[in-house]
Amino acid sequence: MRKYSVFAVAREAMRAHKGWEAQWTSPEPRAQYDVIIIGGGAHGLGAAYYLAKEHGITNVAVIEKGWLGGGNTGRNTTIIRSNYLYEESMDIYEHSLKLWEGLSQELNYNVMYSPRGVMMLSHNIHDQQVFKRHIHANRLYGIDNEWLTPEQAKEFCPPLDISASARYAINGAALQRRGGTARHDAVAWGYARAASDRGVHVIQNCEVKGIRRGPDGAVTGVETTKGFIGARKIGVSASGHNSMVLGMADVRLPLHSVPLQALVSEPLKPIFPCVVMSNTVHAYISQSDKGELVIGAGTDQYNSYSQTGGLQIITHTLDAICELFPIFRRVKMMRQWGGITDNTPDRSPIQGVTPVPNLFVNCGWGTGGFKATPGSAHLFAHLIARGEPHRLAAGLTLDRFRTGRLIDEAAAAAVAH
Amino acid sequence: MLLIHCPYCGEARAELEFRAAGDAHIDRPANIAAISDEEFAEYFFLRDNPKGLIYERWRHIHGCGRFFNAVRDTVSDKFVMTYKAGQPKPDLSPAPGAAPALPADSRPVETYEATEGRAE
Repeated sequence: MRKYSVFAVAREAMRAHKGWEAQWTSPEPRAQYDVIIIGGGAHGLGAAYYLAKEHGITNVAVIEKGWLGGGNTGRNTTIIRSNYLYEESMDIYEHSLKLWEGLSQELNYNVMYSPRGVMMLSHNIHDQQVFKRHIHANRLYGIDNEWLTPEQAKEFCPPLDISASARYAINGAALQRRGGTARHDAVAWGYARAASDRGVHVIQNCEVKGIRRGPDGAVTGVETTKGFIGARKIGVSASGHNSMVLGMADVRLPLHSVPLQALVSEPLKPIFPCVVMSNTVHAYISQSDKGELVIGAGTDQYNSYSQTGGLQIITHTLDAICELFPIFRRVKMMRQWGGITDNTPDRSPIQGVTPVPNLFVNCGWGTGGFKATPGSAHLFAHLIARGEPHRLAAGLTLDRFRTGRLIDEAAAAAVAH
Repeated sequence: MLLIHCPYCGEARAELEFRAAGDAHIDRPANIAAISDEEFAEYFFLRDNPKGLIYERWRHIHGCGRFFNAVRDTVSDKFVMTYKAGQPKPDLSPAPGAAPALPADSRPVETYEATEGRAE
């Protein structure tokens, strides 16, 4: 792999950019791998990278049905934060946030991580109490999170309407300054390039049709559209389709898949300096480096794999955006799309062993998986390599639905998060 | 937005009038205190999450207020049929036709309009 640097750019500028090489190779699959990861999103590609880098397992393939990062990695609103309530959540999201901070250097790939601050608006006394509880829990755990008055919120985000007559008046906000955004495609591409450089096979346009198991019940490989591929271990990280993939090995999961929508506006000059979320009126907004306002909406109420979502959902969000930021009322929306998220009953992820030997699962990230990408990938690699969860992911097991030790971020946030 | 046929009201109404209420035909064990943790997890948490036909409950919360069941394709979001709560799970094992079949019992209408005359 040729390193990207300012010198490489200068060198290529001198010779008509003819020296750039493909970022990752596209080999034909081998007959047998040590590890196969199903799902070529950033979680799966990252896990392959950390398997190669930290655990010395390089005979690895990532199998992707479509193209890299074409699922939820490329469909989310790229918000990164770690201000969750429960320790299990704080562990994994803060681990992830720390990895985000050095990810561009680690991968030699600009993932455009931008810690511009994530501000969560409080609209009523209940919001205020909940956010302050989060703030105290976070600070006791060593995670930055602070309370802002409406005036301080306005100073941090000038387009915000804080007037008392506003339809969704605010009485304060919680701010995590280290939160922010990153470039979603670059995360998938950066991990794919770095993994490929370490010998990992990235196999696109290859759909898994079945999981083959031996007489002892352990996995032996996967049936795909490119034929059978053997594997000693299989990690499944297929977001909305995890139920389908695990179903091939007769593993049932506590998941339901629903569309989550996002949309972007026409490009504007830089006007919006941070990320603003409002759980209560359900709006998420930031501005991309291209200038588009990136707006996250809610989920549909029913199970679906349609990757579209109902129009009333985004209308509801735009209503809220226009009330919070009257300055955006005449902005035109340019594109809308949906991604299929896999949600658990407690809205916390599942990462752990399954009842099938050598079959591991990374699922249930629901509507908030992007922020967790590096941390999830890092811990998933540990799980696959060692066969048991890392200390930081010890609570995220599938078993918690039997024991009842739920991590109830659903109640903590009361919203898709 | 979905257009949902309420089997009690006998007409298709906008999704905004309805609330999705999870999977249908899941029986609460009669001996809930006696079953094992595995069985409870199975009943309470584990779901098929199918890509294809799903049997699910809906509630016409801003209409007649009643729960009913539906069969829907989770890829196209198209309803195959809706039917009243308590009716047996319809057997749709042969591939259903593309056109959504209305339930056989969609009449008589049980709305205010039907019993009291048209609402003005």
